[in-house]
Amino acid sequence: MNILEFLFNYLVFPGFLFTAIIGMFLTWIDRKVTARIQMRVGPPWYQPYADFLKLLIKETIIPEGTSSVLFYLGPLLGLIAMSLLAVMLFKMNFAPKTTFVGDLIVMIYLLALPPIGVIIGGSASRNPLASVGASREMTQYFAYELPFLITLAGIVLKAGGTIKFGDIIQYQQMHGPFLYSISGIIFGLIFLFVIQAKLGFVPFDIPEAEQEIMAGPYIEYSGVALGLYKITRAMMLFLLPLFMISLLWGGIGDWWAILKFLLILGLVILIKNTNPRLRIDQTLKFFWLFMGILAIVGVVLALKGF
Amino acid sequence: MGNFKLWGLKKSPWVFHVAAASCNNCDIEILDVLTPRWDVERFGIVLVGSPRHADALLVTGVLNRKSLPRVLRVYEETPKPCLVIGVGTCTCHCHMFEKSYNVVGPYDKHLPIDVYIPGCPPKPEAIIMGVVKALQRLK
Repeated sequence: MNILEFLFNYLVFPGFLFTAIIGMFLTWIDRKVTARIQMRVGPPWYQPYADFLKLLIKETIIPEGTSSVLFYLGPLLGLIAMSLLAVMLFKMNFAPKTTFVGDLIVMIYLLALPPIGVIIGGSASRNPLASVGASREMTQYFAYELPFLITLAGIVLKAGGTIKFGDIIQYQQMHGPFLYSISGIIFGLIFLFVIQAKLGFVPFDIPEAEQEIMAGPYIEYSGVALGLYKITRAMMLFLLPLFMISLLWGGIGDWWAILKFLLILGLVILIKNTNPRLRIDQTLKFFWLFMGILAIVGVVLALKGF
Repeated sequence: MGNFKLWGLKKSPWVFHVAAASCNNCDIEILDVLTPRWDVERFGIVLVGSPRHADALLVTGVLNRKSLPRVLRVYEETPKPCLVIGVGTCTCHCHMFEKSYNVVGPYDKHLPIDVYIPGCPPKPEAIIMGVVKALQRLK
């Protein structure tokens, strides 16, 4: 692969530009469905693009006495990681030959970067509410990462012990998707809640709770920097369900993947709109106690071959 | 500013609610505007929690010696370009508190106001109309 092709893949398709445009459209779907559930009309389709365009022309204020490098690193880190994740996801699905040993582990680390960016940015903001938000984000990250990793271990077990992302997809195409088994259903359930928590949607939007700590880590961000955070969030809304379909539901190689994607997106939006916000200790208990035990049960079932 | 960029600003004004010691009537009317019945998200209007995210400040109430520094600080914290919209008759001319001992005078003595929305309190329809008028003033 030459350098130009890599740059094109990273910046345009299927990397940054493509994922950002689709992701922003998905945030519109999210807002529109939310509006319809609340018996409202909702925003027009171009709303997320208008929001971003507006954030581009706004002034970006850096709080006094903070390190501007760290302040900008926060939003950039997540964006860079999500662009790379998009390239890897599409490459592994449409050209399985490009898979390499341990790329699943690379993806886990790439998925860990957006919350780390939020923590860095929030801590660099020099604002008490941002610090509270950053510490909550950290706690929540540790909460959902445990069942997430156990689930991935279970998926690796089911795929015959391979940690190549492309091989997991190929194994499913030969032997049928993992979701159509008891342990697969358990993993899917856990995955759904982890997606919800990674996106920061309502039962788990504790870090940016608008009513108590006013957008938490994002409180000091304005202009382009805030826009980058919004774009990262939008890209995650596109990539996380794709990640789940690739690992559990037989890859995104065929047209059925669109229906599967819409189903997962709809479930996420429904959970978002029908639940109140949890406290941070309740989140920890939910993920470590209930989801953790459920994940271990799933791994045991996967070992037994169910 | 190009037309294209201005379009973005006109289509997504995020508002921040600055209550400068009002009697709460205007505040409650502003909250009414945000309910599903009036649904201002149709126009891209969203209530945000931090002045750093805001494009328009909805100020209510009479400025007094205590609230003036706070309102000025929130105005300075808001990234420019930003609109300031005065909601209620109090913002126009201090209303019946004009002769009060701690009132420091109307808003336009202290910070630039783009649109006044009279009424005590103004109707939600009037508030939406005011925001639309303010957006039309953008060049």
